[in-house]
Amino acid sequence: MEAWQTFAYIVASILFITGLKMLGRAQTAKRGNAVSAVGMLIAVVATLLAGGLDYTWILVGLVVGTAIGAIAARRVQMTEMPEMVALLNGSGGLASMLVGWAEYVRADGVDTFSAVAIVLTVLVGGLAASGSVIAFAKLSGRIDGKPFLFKGQKILNAAILALALLAGTVVALDAALAGGVTGVTVAFGVVLVLALVLGVLAVIPIGGADMPIVVSLLNSYSGVAAAMAGFVIDNNVLVVAGSLVGASGLILTNIMCKAMNRSLANVLFGGFGATVSAGGAAAQGEVKPLTPDDAYFILEAANSVVFVPGYGMAVAQAQHVVKELADQLAKNGAEVRHAIHPVAGRMPGHMNVLLAEANVPYEQLVEPEDVNPAMESVDVAIVIGANDVVNPAAKEDPSSPLWGMPIIEVDRARTCFVLKRSMNPGFSGVDNALFLKDNTRMIFGDAKSTITAMVAAFKES
Amino acid sequence: MNPLLLFVFVLAIYLGLELITKVPSQLHTPLMSGSNAISGITIVGAIVASGESGALATILGTIAVAAATINVIGGYLVTNRMLGMFKTGKDA
Repeated sequence: MEAWQTFAYIVASILFITGLKMLGRAQTAKRGNAVSAVGMLIAVVATLLAGGLDYTWILVGLVVGTAIGAIAARRVQMTEMPEMVALLNGSGGLASMLVGWAEYVRADGVDTFSAVAIVLTVLVGGLAASGSVIAFAKLSGRIDGKPFLFKGQKILNAAILALALLAGTVVALDAALAGGVTGVTVAFGVVLVLALVLGVLAVIPIGGADMPIVVSLLNSYSGVAAAMAGFVIDNNVLVVAGSLVGASGLILTNIMCKAMNRSLANVLFGGFGATVSAGGAAAQGEVKPLTPDDAYFILEAANSVVFVPGYGMAVAQAQHVVKELADQLAKNGAEVRHAIHPVAGRMPGHMNVLLAEANVPYEQLVEPEDVNPAMESVDVAIVIGANDVVNPAAKEDPSSPLWGMPIIEVDRARTCFVLKRSMNPGFSGVDNALFLKDNTRMIFGDAKSTITAMVAAFKES
Repeated sequence: MNPLLLFVFVLAIYLGLELITKVPSQLHTPLMSGSNAISGITIVGAIVASGESGALATILGTIAVAAATINVIGGYLVTNRMLGMFKTGKDA
């Protein structure tokens, strides 16, 4: 590698680091993204100008990829963002896997270290690629979002992983012996196929509400795969950028796990929700339904209103009418806030994106710990398609599978409206005692039409 | 193969863990999709694989270039689009 190229890669690495740091703060996030994009451009141009390359097919790949990426980014709906992120992540993982494969094919005998790196690139990249596709299919409803479990699943997964590692060892051994092992091509093929199989098997047992954790973990994997590819082609900028993504993805994953009070192992292997049928005592009380018109009279008198959105708001595409109702309430003199649980929705920050799309000002968005201490002074808490994140069993019922999970304590508000299609329990399969509390009123029906009706009632008055 | 890369790898992981600490939840999605775009850096490896000799390597490399480019272009654009929606009360 020539000196100028090394220099360009150093500049790119610094821009990635700076950009990532800026992405973590609200005021600088947009510039941070641009800074990191410039870093990427520098890295790509420096690679293209290195010489000795035939540009024909590179250009084909660049043009095709740019067209697909740009069109997809422009067209995607904000409610489809979790699927989009999963797909983008999958293409990154696939690219790393193919780089590993191509290098294995191209190199005339690799050293042991490189062989190990190639095997790891293919394994992690393939896992990220097929895992992301399954996550995409689950998020978009193409396959059932429920955990898919069968007997001996963990043993099967462990066996497949062991087999993949064994095949990888054969590839590395062949490199160490400078090509003395027969059947090494088969072994490499086994690694390729099993990497993809593992990705599928790793994601199918994980259910819908755990998707924020899975999506951010897969993101971390594709970073690690890129770093491994850096070892393969002996390139610093891949190692640096890939490691940064791997590490920041892990941190985000950890934030999500903490928000659910669960360990990563429990999320990955728990099959949460599918195994708990009898967990938790049966809740006492009766359901008290309410019509949107009656709800209006309560809202009209409210001084403090907190919205608690969940995945149901995304499904109903209700974010814009929520903003309208919030405006009406504010005009009426009420203090309006939106309390967002870190794992509400299907990806980290899902609800924030939707409310931002609807132009809800940033100042109105609060986190559970901001709103919980003064919950008694909240006149109305409006729960829109959220369930587990407001389930009081998390702090009242030690036998509940949700026990210990930090929640938004809407049961302590003076009145709580729950907008819901039916009485079905949430993803976890756990009954929600909130629905039966004295101060809870259920407003059944599609969240969007319910809120539209409330807005209409405000406008008529 | 250069063992110094291991040194770089460990330092970069450590840096990554220190870099992102308290992230406000509204930035979780942009941070994820923005860092996801960075993982498209594998495009560098794809370009090398696609542009050097060998028919199978070229085919694999070209697909890899396309996939990585989708990751990079889609990732940065979609992150930019999301961040453009985040407004404060003052300039909304």
